[in-house]
Amino acid sequence: MNSAASANRPAVLVDQDKHVFKVSRRNFIDPDILSMEKERIFESNWIYLGHGSELKKPGDFVTRSVAGRSILFTRDASGTPVALLNTCPHRGMQVCRERKGSAKSFQCFYHGWVFGLDGKLRSQPGEDSYDADFKNRESSHLTPVPRFEGYRDFYFVCFDRNIQPLVDYLAGAKDFLDVICDQSEEGMSIVKGTHEYSVRANWKLLTENSIDGYHASTTHASYFDILMQSNGGANFRSGAGRGYDLGNGHAVIQGQAPWGRPVADWIPAWGEEGKKEVDRIYARLVERFGEERAFRIAKMGRNLFIYPNLIINDIMAIVVRTYYPTAPDYMVVNSWALAPLNESAWSRKYRLNNFLEFLGPGGFATPDDAEALEHCQRGFSNYEDVPYSDISKGMNKENPSSADELQMRAFWMQWNKQMFPESAKAAKIKAA
Amino acid sequence: MTKVTRSEIEEFLFEEADLLDKWRLPEWLSLFTDDAEYHVPCMDLPADASPDDSLFYIADDRMRLGERVKRLMKRTAHVEFPHSKTRHMVSNVRVKEREDENIDVTSVFATYRTKDGVTDLYVGLSNYVIRQVDGAFKIRSKRCLLDSDALRPSGRISIIL
Repeated sequence: MNSAASANRPAVLVDQDKHVFKVSRRNFIDPDILSMEKERIFESNWIYLGHGSELKKPGDFVTRSVAGRSILFTRDASGTPVALLNTCPHRGMQVCRERKGSAKSFQCFYHGWVFGLDGKLRSQPGEDSYDADFKNRESSHLTPVPRFEGYRDFYFVCFDRNIQPLVDYLAGAKDFLDVICDQSEEGMSIVKGTHEYSVRANWKLLTENSIDGYHASTTHASYFDILMQSNGGANFRSGAGRGYDLGNGHAVIQGQAPWGRPVADWIPAWGEEGKKEVDRIYARLVERFGEERAFRIAKMGRNLFIYPNLIINDIMAIVVRTYYPTAPDYMVVNSWALAPLNESAWSRKYRLNNFLEFLGPGGFATPDDAEALEHCQRGFSNYEDVPYSDISKGMNKENPSSADELQMRAFWMQWNKQMFPESAKAAKIKAA
Repeated sequence: MTKVTRSEIEEFLFEEADLLDKWRLPEWLSLFTDDAEYHVPCMDLPADASPDDSLFYIADDRMRLGERVKRLMKRTAHVEFPHSKTRHMVSNVRVKEREDENIDVTSVFATYRTKDGVTDLYVGLSNYVIRQVDGAFKIRSKRCLLDSDALRPSGRISIIL
C-alpha cells in the first residue's frame, strides 16, 4: 500500500529552508489512502464520541456512528458514562436502535437478550439451554469500546488499547479546552438540536478549512457585509491572531474578531440590556481568573483542532464539529452548539442567533465553505498534472498569524507521520 | 371575517413557489409581514421547538430573512452562484381559520435543487400562519419540517425551502 507515497511523489513534501510545504492531492482522492486512514488514523487515535451533558442521568443514552463504528453511549446506574459497541454478542444485531432516549436496560429484540446499563447480560430467553457458566463469560456481554476516556466532559473512544492516556494525547490542546470550559462555573453543555450533514469532499479538506484564517475575507465576503452593515454595529479592530502547533497534530488559531461573543464581548447591536449582561459575565471572569486570563477567555476567539477530526470553534458561538470519511470524496459531518450550562435566556438566545448567522448548513457562511471544498475535490481530478497543494503560507515568518498556514502544517505533519512513517522520517532529515 | 377557500390559499402558495423557482427573491420577500419568521428546525427536535433555546438550521426573523435574500442575490453567495435550479412542489394543502386574523395552513413540499450536475431533494411539511393584509395574503410565519434524518447527501439548505 506504500506505493501511494511513491518516492518521486511523497504524500507531504517539505523543505524548511526554501519554505516549501506541499501536500499531494492523491491524499484526497485515492481509495487506498482512505483504507490506510481507517487503520492508521481512525483506529489509532482518540476519536470524539460525545459530551457528558448529553446524558443527564443514569440510563440516558445516545447511539452514534463514530468513525464507522456503531456505539452506544450511556450512563450506568451509578451515573458513570459508558461506551459500548452496539452489537449483540449473540448474533450481532444493534441492541439499541433509537437515536437517543432513556432506558433501564437494553433489550435486543431479535432473541430477547437483556443487558444492563453497564452492558452485562442480565437474562436471555431459554437460559436453561445454555451452559451454567454462560453469564460469567466476558463474551456474553456487550463489549465496551477498547479505550474510553473523558476530559472536562468531552468523551473520546479509541480502538487501539495501547494508546497513551487522553490527557497526554491532548498535549497543548488541553490548555485551550480549559480556556473554553472555563467560560462557565457550572460546566458546559450541548444545546438541543444537532446539525447533521455531509460534504461531497475529502474529510481532510474540512480540517484545513476549519482552522483557515486566510479564506474568510473572500469566501465569507457576503457574511461580513451583513455583519458590518445590516446589524448596526460590530467591533472593528486590528491585531491579527496567531496560529499555534499544539503537538500530536493538534493546532489552533486564536485572536480577536469583529463579532460579539456572549461570553463576553459586547457589540453595539446588542444594546443596553446585552451590555449589562455581558459586563456582568466579564466581571465574574475577572474575579475568577484575573484580568489577563479573563481577557483571553472572553475577548479572544479560537478555532481549536483536536487531531484527527474534532473541531471546537469558539468564535461568535461555540461549535463542536466532528466528521468522518465514507468515501475519498464524501464526508459525514455532525455538529453541535456548546454553551455554558444555566446561562441566562438572553445569552442563550443571542448565542444561538449568532451561531445561525454564520454557522451550519443554513447559515450565511458554512454553505460557502462546502462549495469551496467540493470544488477543490473536483479540481483534484487534475491530479496527474497538478499533483500538489501549497500549504506554505507563513513559513518565512517567526510568528505566523492566524491567516497563515502553520496550523494546517501541524495537522499534515502528524498525518504523514502516522500514514507514512518512513517517508516522514526522510522529510524531517531533509528539513533539518 | 370572510371565508377563504383552499384554492385561494393554494394559488397563493403556488405563486410563492413560482417566485422562488424564478429567483425573484425580493418579490418573494414582499409576501411576508414585517414581523415574519422563517424557521427550519433540526430534525431531532420536536415540531414546536423554539430557536431561543434549541439549535435550528434556520431561524430568521424578518430582518435576517431580508439579509438572506440580499445575500442570495449577490455573486459572493458562492454556494448559489451561479444560481441553482430549483423546483418547489407544493401539495396536500389544508386550511384552518382561527378566530383572530390568522389562518393556519399546512402543506407538504418536495423541493429539488440542481447544480453542477447534482440534484438534491428536500421533502417535508410546511406550517404557515397566513394573514390577509389589505385584501392580500401575507405570510406571518413559515416553518419547514424536513422528513429526512439528516441533510445527507444534500449537505446544505442554501436555497429557500
